[in-house]
Amino acid sequence: MMAAISVARSSCGLINGLKVSLRSVTRVKYGAVSATVPQTSLHRSCRWYSVSHLSVKERIDQKRQAALQGGGQQRIEAQHKRGKLTARERVQLLLDPESFVETDMFVEHRCADFGMEQDRNKFPGDSVVTGRGRINGRLVYVFSQDFTVFGGSLSGAHAQKICKIMDQAMTVGAPVIGLNDSGGARIQEGVESLAGYADIFLRNVMASGVIPQISLIMGPCAGGAVYSPALTDFTFMVKDTSYLFITGPDVVKSVTNEDVTQEELGGAKTHTTVSGVAHRAFENDIEALLNLREFFNFLPLSNQDPAPIRESHDSSDRLVPSLDSIVPLESTKAYDMLDIIHAIVDERDFFEIMPNYAKNIVVGFARMNGRTVGIVGNQPKVASGCLDINSSVKGARFVRFCDAFNIPIITFVDVPGFLPGTAQEYGGIIRHGAKLLFAFAEATVPKITIITRKAYGGAYDVMSSKHLRGDVNYAWPTAEVAVMGAKGAVQIIFRGKENQAEAEAEYVEKFANPFPAAVRGFVDDIIEPATTRKKICQDLEMLASKKQVNPWKKHANIPL
Amino acid sequence: MTLWMIGNMAAHSVPSTLKRLLFAVKYSPLQSRCCAVQREAQYSTISIPSEKTFDKILIANRGEIACRVHVKMADEAVCVGSAPTSKSYLNMDAIMDAIRVTGAQAVHPGYGFLSENKEFAKRLAAEGVAFIGPDTHAIQAMGDKIESKLIAKAAKVNTIPGFDGVVKTAEEAVKIAQEIGYPVMIKASAGGGGKGMRIAWNDEETREGFRFSSQEAASSFGDDRLLIEKYIDNPRHIEIQVLADKHGNALWLNERECSIQRRNQKVVEEAPSTFLDPVTRRAMGEQAVQLAKAVQYSSAGTVEFLVDSKKNFYFLEMNTRLQVEHPITECITGLDLVEQMIRVAKGYQLQHTQDDIPINGWAIECRVYAEDPYKSFGLPSIGRLSQYQEPLDLDKVRVDSGIQEGSDISIYYDPMISKLITYGATRAEALGRMEDALDNYVIRGVTHNIPLLREIITHPRFVSGHISTNFLPEVYPDGFKGHQLEADAKRELLASAAVLYITAELRSAKVLGTQRVASTPVECSHWELCVELGEERQDVEISKSGTVYTVEMDGAKVEVWGALNLASPLLPLTINGTQRMLQCLSRDAAGVIVLQYLGTLFKVRVLSKLAAELNSYMPEKVSEDTSSILRSPMPGTVVAVSVKPGDTVAEGQEICVIEAMKMQNSLTAVKQAKVKSVHCKPGETVGEGDLLVELE
Repeated sequence: MMAAISVARSSCGLINGLKVSLRSVTRVKYGAVSATVPQTSLHRSCRWYSVSHLSVKERIDQKRQAALQGGGQQRIEAQHKRGKLTARERVQLLLDPESFVETDMFVEHRCADFGMEQDRNKFPGDSVVTGRGRINGRLVYVFSQDFTVFGGSLSGAHAQKICKIMDQAMTVGAPVIGLNDSGGARIQEGVESLAGYADIFLRNVMASGVIPQISLIMGPCAGGAVYSPALTDFTFMVKDTSYLFITGPDVVKSVTNEDVTQEELGGAKTHTTVSGVAHRAFENDIEALLNLREFFNFLPLSNQDPAPIRESHDSSDRLVPSLDSIVPLESTKAYDMLDIIHAIVDERDFFEIMPNYAKNIVVGFARMNGRTVGIVGNQPKVASGCLDINSSVKGARFVRFCDAFNIPIITFVDVPGFLPGTAQEYGGIIRHGAKLLFAFAEATVPKITIITRKAYGGAYDVMSSKHLRGDVNYAWPTAEVAVMGAKGAVQIIFRGKENQAEAEAEYVEKFANPFPAAVRGFVDDIIEPATTRKKICQDLEMLASKKQVNPWKKHANIPL
Repeated sequence: MTLWMIGNMAAHSVPSTLKRLLFAVKYSPLQSRCCAVQREAQYSTISIPSEKTFDKILIANRGEIACRVHVKMADEAVCVGSAPTSKSYLNMDAIMDAIRVTGAQAVHPGYGFLSENKEFAKRLAAEGVAFIGPDTHAIQAMGDKIESKLIAKAAKVNTIPGFDGVVKTAEEAVKIAQEIGYPVMIKASAGGGGKGMRIAWNDEETREGFRFSSQEAASSFGDDRLLIEKYIDNPRHIEIQVLADKHGNALWLNERECSIQRRNQKVVEEAPSTFLDPVTRRAMGEQAVQLAKAVQYSSAGTVEFLVDSKKNFYFLEMNTRLQVEHPITECITGLDLVEQMIRVAKGYQLQHTQDDIPINGWAIECRVYAEDPYKSFGLPSIGRLSQYQEPLDLDKVRVDSGIQEGSDISIYYDPMISKLITYGATRAEALGRMEDALDNYVIRGVTHNIPLLREIITHPRFVSGHISTNFLPEVYPDGFKGHQLEADAKRELLASAAVLYITAELRSAKVLGTQRVASTPVECSHWELCVELGEERQDVEISKSGTVYTVEMDGAKVEVWGALNLASPLLPLTINGTQRMLQCLSRDAAGVIVLQYLGTLFKVRVLSKLAAELNSYMPEKVSEDTSSILRSPMPGTVVAVSVKPGDTVAEGQEICVIEAMKMQNSLTAVKQAKVKSVHCKPGETVGEGDLLVELE
């Protein structure tokens, strides 16, 4: 994969300065076409028509044709050989048939150095395809980087095209989807390219919380370029063909002497299981794009819009008897929170976000009676469902997305507390845990909480408790809201006393049930698990008109 | 976790017999799934209000079995221990305690577990508690295979040559086997049915069989004795239901054909048998009654025979309990066997004479198991029943089960989900109902054997009645591969998948509520799709007019009509005018739709024409080489690991033994290789697909 090596080098350029990038320019495969490379007939014709006296109409047609060809047939074939689709094929597949409206098909790069000014090095549209279209009839703006043109590298013109559709998406109020497949900065353009990145970054930041932004990484994305996906709301990846890293394996080797492959360093598996940079990974381009369509159905177009409602075939008052027996009688025994979620939501349809990262918390989108909801649940199956650094951050980011885009949040609680230990304390569990607390507390969307079993200690407060403005808080009969588990509590209360077992039994009798919370009004009701779906659907109906405003501020200062 | 429950008999259909029941269930809360075919068929039993009844009966068994014993709801439950059977249902002390605590006057043991344990019957007698079943001496006589054969011989019942007793060593087993002459079958004397039965054709297999059977005998039944006897090739397994009272009266209630078996466990049963003529039936029935009388049998019992192709029959064994397949006898005779057992235990005389016992219609029973029929006709599978819906709205269908949606199928018990029974005036009618019942049965979360069951009951050989206990290996010599689609059926399947896909697409495009940015409505009534099934790809054109979809492919047209509910697991469709019940198991964004059609699961992929074209550029992802790794084919417990790293194993050599659902399964090497690493140790619990051993 020569392309990827070039990525590493160009990214190194971005980090270490322009000088390095320029030095590496001769080694970059997807740099300018050098004079010795045989020219394709297309290139020849390009040069030919630029000096001929064709009518404007003919020239328009020719440019359009050239734009549709991207980097030419050979490069398209090479792209296919890598198991990747071209930028245009991707757009076609992502959007409804015939809905794509392209912008800036005639934009060309403006670089005049290193022979780039020659006609054969100019491609109408440059290395990105931009425009708008529809997904299931709903408006969306799209950019799709074209790896067949200079390895999809980002020129000033390329950046400008992306910025243009982002600006329009902001004024209209519609999401932006980026399909990333780029070798990095257009090194020939030097600082122009860096400026282009920054222009995009700024727009990503301005758009954050205004319109949903989704990145799908479908090839290399390295160096400074990674920060655009990082700033968007969701980053998805394609397995085996996409990479995200700040510096490639070569630089890593020279700086830290670590031997690491591209896949290990920044492949889909790494980012969906270890780093938490990406939210989901899909088998190939087709599956990724089709899933993206499905995902898009959950999202509102902007923060001006309510969560979308789809026709539901699943009745809102469906009882779920299987839930009555799902929580094991032994409180130490695990169960799968996903079973509860699947059984409750419409049609068992749950789009999980980050399913393989920080698995002790489950987050994702579903529908209740057709209406999109965000689901957060502790996962007793993994690390007893405790909160730790990674799960807090995962949960917090998801909650904030839902709050920003008017998506009601349903929280299933079975949490024994925060994870103890030096690793967590040194890692800053205090400030990271605070993020989740902050996110739930500031959220003003409808918040419904169901305590299925344990809700211990500070973690109880954090998990969308009544005290953090939970709108409706339920407890199942198996709920235990307490400062801590019986054993620990008894050891403190009755320290040194004999008959600990008896004391423990007494504590369990008193506190290991929903009553202490219910008598204080900290839960609104104790409900039969089978009725949970019905109750939530009714509550969401009522909460649809909820209005709650936080005090005016420039912005809050969430602990980062 | 095991519970005992005490049932209030108010819901009993024959309420005068007893007031309260007490029974054991694994799952709580319990809802009875017993839908009585008999309610329509009408039991011939006459309730006699003056008969004094038991006040409270303990049913010492699991949910599905306890539930069968006519209980709607139970009102007391007692935990008898943790999940492994040796600590719960086989734990006599715990059960005796339960009897004392609840004050039960009688115990119904159900089937399996302690139902044929003479020790248990003795202890009950000592406590003055009635055992609903035969007397101890009959259990002892018939539970002991040597004695039962001797008694049978003396009672002029046809028997087959064999040996029964404690076999100390493998060599001794070999000697006995040689005396009888191969083939021989080996099993634990105490085990009922074909459980743990192994066939040996040579000395080597005898040794292996000895090892397994003796281990199983000890672990499952706490009784070391083994039975080795002549194995009759190509036989039918036909059994006679007998019913006897304590006054010397005994009846035969006709036969049950139980030849469809896998690994010597029954899968499909029917009553009556297509094979028996009235003369043979009478001969078998009379011998069965002779045997019952010879041991002064009381209660319901079953005399099992092997019947060869010439209608010679040999006594196999007598089961001194109610059997799993008893409902089909109830269906065709109109007798409630449980009620009769209770009456007999209370000391009443039989209400019927032999002439009162009819054969009315035909009944079929399918045993629905949580197991994967694609692996050796059924290897255990576990999981949580995420969705579970019995076909109870169908006429003349009865389902006996002790589970419900949300139940866990664990490795600790028999993997039976339910007994599905259908009844009809004729065999064809009963079979037709069974087809419908299987198609309407929704089971999600565990792999089940409905694909196999449906194939069996529709197989021409089965339909014609030409069966033997070797039916499965003969019909599927390379193992069960699911329903093989013919061209028409395949078109129907692909058309259904395409219609489902379009329905979902159209729904996605329908956004409700007011929208700030208007969405462009998708107004389309014609689509070009590509449908993939396995390696095959098929271009499909669909047009929609009203609720009718016309699907064109291969020059043929398929009309699909159906009000598709995307939330429902059942998809009732009318395809080319024929009503079909399909099931949708899953549907994902990438176009993969898993449908159950004609019992079998098919994974179909529906893509737009564009996506299908582009899909050809997508690389095939290589999967791992499986010849050098051994993964657990099912969830279970590792009993033994026979190799260590560095050992060289020959092809077919045993690597380890996994016990699941009370069966021991030997896992062997598929090639000759050196053992690289071992990832399991005896006593460990492993899940399906867990890595056990790696070879080099």
